[in-house]
Amino acid sequence: MFAGIDVGASATKCMIVDESKNEVASAVRRTGMSLRKVADEVYKEALSGAGLEPDGIKVVATGFGRKNVDFADSIRTEISCHCKGCYHHFPRALTIVDIGGQDTKLIRTNVEGKIIDFKMNRKCAAGTGAFLEEIARRMDVPLEEMNGLALSSEREIEIGSYCTVFTATEILSKIREGEKQKDIVRAVFGSVIKRIQEMNPLIGDVVLTGGVVAHNEILFDLLEEALGREVLKPPKPQFTGAFGAALYAMM
Amino acid sequence: MEVLVAFGFKVYFPENHSALIGARKIADDYIPVANAVGYSPEICSYLTSDIGAYLRNETPLKDAYGVSSIPKPDVLAVNTNQCRDLYEWFSFFGRRFDAPVFSIHPPKYLDEVEEHHVDDVAVQYEDMIARLEKMTGERLDEAKLKEAVALSLEATELWKGFLDTAVHVPSPLTFFDGTIHMAPIVVMRGLQIAVDYYKQLKAEMDERLENGIAAVDDERFRIYWEGMPVWGRLRKLSEQFVDLRACLVASTYCNSWIFDDMMPDDPIRSMALAYTKVFVNRSEPAKERYILDEIKRFKADGIIFHDARTCPANSNASYGMPARMMEDHGIPTLTLDGDLNDLRCWSDEQATTNIEAFIEQLEER
Repeated sequence: MFAGIDVGASATKCMIVDESKNEVASAVRRTGMSLRKVADEVYKEALSGAGLEPDGIKVVATGFGRKNVDFADSIRTEISCHCKGCYHHFPRALTIVDIGGQDTKLIRTNVEGKIIDFKMNRKCAAGTGAFLEEIARRMDVPLEEMNGLALSSEREIEIGSYCTVFTATEILSKIREGEKQKDIVRAVFGSVIKRIQEMNPLIGDVVLTGGVVAHNEILFDLLEEALGREVLKPPKPQFTGAFGAALYAMM
Repeated sequence: MEVLVAFGFKVYFPENHSALIGARKIADDYIPVANAVGYSPEICSYLTSDIGAYLRNETPLKDAYGVSSIPKPDVLAVNTNQCRDLYEWFSFFGRRFDAPVFSIHPPKYLDEVEEHHVDDVAVQYEDMIARLEKMTGERLDEAKLKEAVALSLEATELWKGFLDTAVHVPSPLTFFDGTIHMAPIVVMRGLQIAVDYYKQLKAEMDERLENGIAAVDDERFRIYWEGMPVWGRLRKLSEQFVDLRACLVASTYCNSWIFDDMMPDDPIRSMALAYTKVFVNRSEPAKERYILDEIKRFKADGIIFHDARTCPANSNASYGMPARMMEDHGIPTLTLDGDLNDLRCWSDEQATTNIEAFIEQLEER
């Protein structure tokens, strides 16, 4: 058995796979303040879910808290792990878009699954999960209702600002203009898609992954609309990094 | 520099002072002070660090050398071959100290430096010399100018010799060593002391080569650094690269102080050529050709571009060069967002992960 633990900025994920690379168990929790503790908790939860003991299981840690997982056998960045995880599901040249809590990453791979280049958003929250959380709070919409609200939108409006604070100001003016909440929320998701398109050309087969898209499937629709073609969705997008880490544990 | 040395001026470099402020990690105390009096946070953070420190009447020179403040200049001399900000910076001190600012403005973004460009700059040098003669009441001693240019040339060749030892695999030095040892070639050109310094340094490098001493134990990857140093993160970054067993073998930045076109027999024209030809002053294709040659010469596996927020002039990731390096030449590149001095533009977390992932990318190639 092999385990991958992805200590992300918002959530910590663990996935255990068998020799055939099939999922045996997984677990997820909010990351919180103690990275070591939460890593231990998700790991134990996944182990007990599968009725396993930790003996003999190889563990690879990834994510921003990877260095805090002291029981891991090795570490690998989330960039390599997302790439590994996505390539397993879609073995061809890919453009991978991982929307995380604090950053968005764009990774391009060749047909062998090797990284050609990658980019991370600049030191700014726009286009990330943190951006959506902030806007949800400002608009007084529970985060988990954002996706549903946006799906019910009937009118297309646009939000053009670059930065989280300016976007909040722009939203205030939309509210003043009498725009509906659901249309504004959809436009907020639309602005996430725009930020991604500015980062790198989205060439060839595009995969969307990460916790934000797992909870907000409208992002698939909006990106497909923007690109005019299908966007690939890995099973359990939130766990792609943890899955990739487990695949590294196998190597 | 050489002209001022020939006139017998003691020369003080604000740029070096700013690098010192950056390396001491105190720039963020001073930048806002300059911002508050109208110098934008988006312009050169060397300028804002230095002006801010001046306005606060503080200097790291106090702890280091017991110098309580920057010296009062009789004249400010500036060449804008690197950027316009330098001129604005020197003009600030010109106003403060009521001292004249003499400047040379070479033609910019040159693909090749042609005769007429050199003519233009040589005339500007002659004009500056005439102003200095008027100001000091003394004629320029041409023998002294030739001597200063000869010493600059000697120092610059030794400096190049030092940097070029990194062509060897494994490299005996890293970019971080270069950033520390570059001070004499920047501020002591034209003086014997710079020559003596680099003779000693070069000898040490030759000794390291002879004994097979590498800067990075078990060097696995060789990387070219493009752009300014992040002065406040020299140690952190150098340690990260050592841990990853990757060596930053060369940089445009350290190479920019190689002025091997200097000719003591033709001091003015050769200075005009050398200082106009600098990398920062060149066209995008000229820069690209230069970097490609250096990648080949230093057998680098990839390039890290430092996109310094407040130094667009010396950041080369803004006009598509990283993408061209990768797509046209198959060279892996990474771009780090950051700054030379303003650490508010730098994220340790993002930089660490980006660098680590870049090395993983090279491992799996």
